[in-house]
Amino acid sequence: MDNRVIRVLLAKIGLDSHDRGVRLLARNLKDSGVEVIYLGLYRTLEEVAQTAIQEDVDFCGLSMHTGAHKEAFPKLRELLNSLGGGDISVIGGGAIPEEDRRALVSAGVAAAMFGPGANYNSIVEWIKTNTPARNS
Amino acid sequence: MKDLGKRVLAGDVRAASRLIRNLEDQITDTYIAIQEIFKETGKSHVIGITGAPGAGKSTLTDELIQAYRSQGKTVGVLAVDPTSPFTGGALLGDRIRMLRHAEDPGVFVRSLATRGAMGGISKAVGEGIHVMDVLGKDRIIVETVGVGQQEVEIINHAHTVIVVLVPGMGDEIQALKAGLMEIADIFVINKADREGAGKLYKETMNMVQMSRDRAGVSKGWQIPVLLVESVMEPHKFAESVEKLRDKIEEHYQFLIDNDLISERMRRKTAAEIQEALWGAVMCPILGELEASGEMKRMIDHCLLKETDPYTLADEIACRYLKEESDKESCAES
Repeated sequence: MDNRVIRVLLAKIGLDSHDRGVRLLARNLKDSGVEVIYLGLYRTLEEVAQTAIQEDVDFCGLSMHTGAHKEAFPKLRELLNSLGGGDISVIGGGAIPEEDRRALVSAGVAAAMFGPGANYNSIVEWIKTNTPARNS
Repeated sequence: MKDLGKRVLAGDVRAASRLIRNLEDQITDTYIAIQEIFKETGKSHVIGITGAPGAGKSTLTDELIQAYRSQGKTVGVLAVDPTSPFTGGALLGDRIRMLRHAEDPGVFVRSLATRGAMGGISKAVGEGIHVMDVLGKDRIIVETVGVGQQEVEIINHAHTVIVVLVPGMGDEIQALKAGLMEIADIFVINKADREGAGKLYKETMNMVQMSRDRAGVSKGWQIPVLLVESVMEPHKFAESVEKLRDKIEEHYQFLIDNDLISERMRRKTAAEIQEALWGAVMCPILGELEASGEMKRMIDHCLLKETDPYTLADEIACRYLKEESDKESCAES
């Protein structure tokens, strides 16, 4: 029997305390049958990346409202790659301009970026249909 | 990921976490990796921390990690949180309290959801302990879900069980009841600066003294009751948790000195064999019954009172278990 469950890590980094969105997403994912590892506020990117490895998650998500997204997401991608987590998808959300969201996705840094007003159901749906395959 | 067993033996954290995940997800053939590592297990001291939701188990675990790290010991943590009975999802938040160790290579924290298990831990905890064990962790801390009275399965996995109590949860009758209050090797009265802690301490001490000669697996061990307080004063808090660490070590030594460790290992191994049997025997049967639609038909028949679960179970048992030995007697009955 095969009971695969999607695992998602969600966190906020630095001094950004706007966590209503990410908490609601955590709740929505839980209610959709996903296991969410929620790291809360004031994390560092190193903590987030190490945790993603230790928890073997499919997605590593950052919610950002500080304007530092152009630095943070590529750094997270790099850290995950260097720790052997190249197959972990990075996703993001928060107050990030559309242009930057598109740039991060097309640069291969993030698998998806969700902007202000993104519908929770559509995020959950996207996660469910884009979970990376696990060959073992 | 290939060769999970070998990679875990080589110390690969990601592979270790993946192996635990494949066990949680019941991926076919995962047991092969466990077969590969099993011979190397049995070296770590396993510590269980259990207690009611919000009793402070995660915060205590965090400080206990620190207390062991200050002695240079490596620590593995399996932190269990509940799975939703409705959606199968879970919000795993224990490690929020343990993040100061996130970048310490001597500490490996893995969150697990109960996935429907009722005993306060998840089915994968037993194997998760093996995985942490072969990674070379000196101490493995298993933090159960917030428990009530009956979720005592941690005793099948831990050498030393800590029950965390907090003031204000009930009167002294609660302390006399069977279940949770019986399984402690060490009691911690947490948040002891709160009202009612003195009374709780007295009641717990009374209970402990009455059960001193219990025929449990720690026969002869005097169960200590430790007060832990002042979480807001890091220095004081650390000091009281260091005392807890020393008691844990004392208990483990006691088990070794009195040859009680083998008894615990037998119980742990028995639980594992049962678990493996369940996976090897029951899971395929249930899977087949689901897939063929027979499960649905059986439920329908039961609801119409045309038969009952016991008769059905008997029939299934006859079909699967007695197939080889006495097919005839089944056919007759």
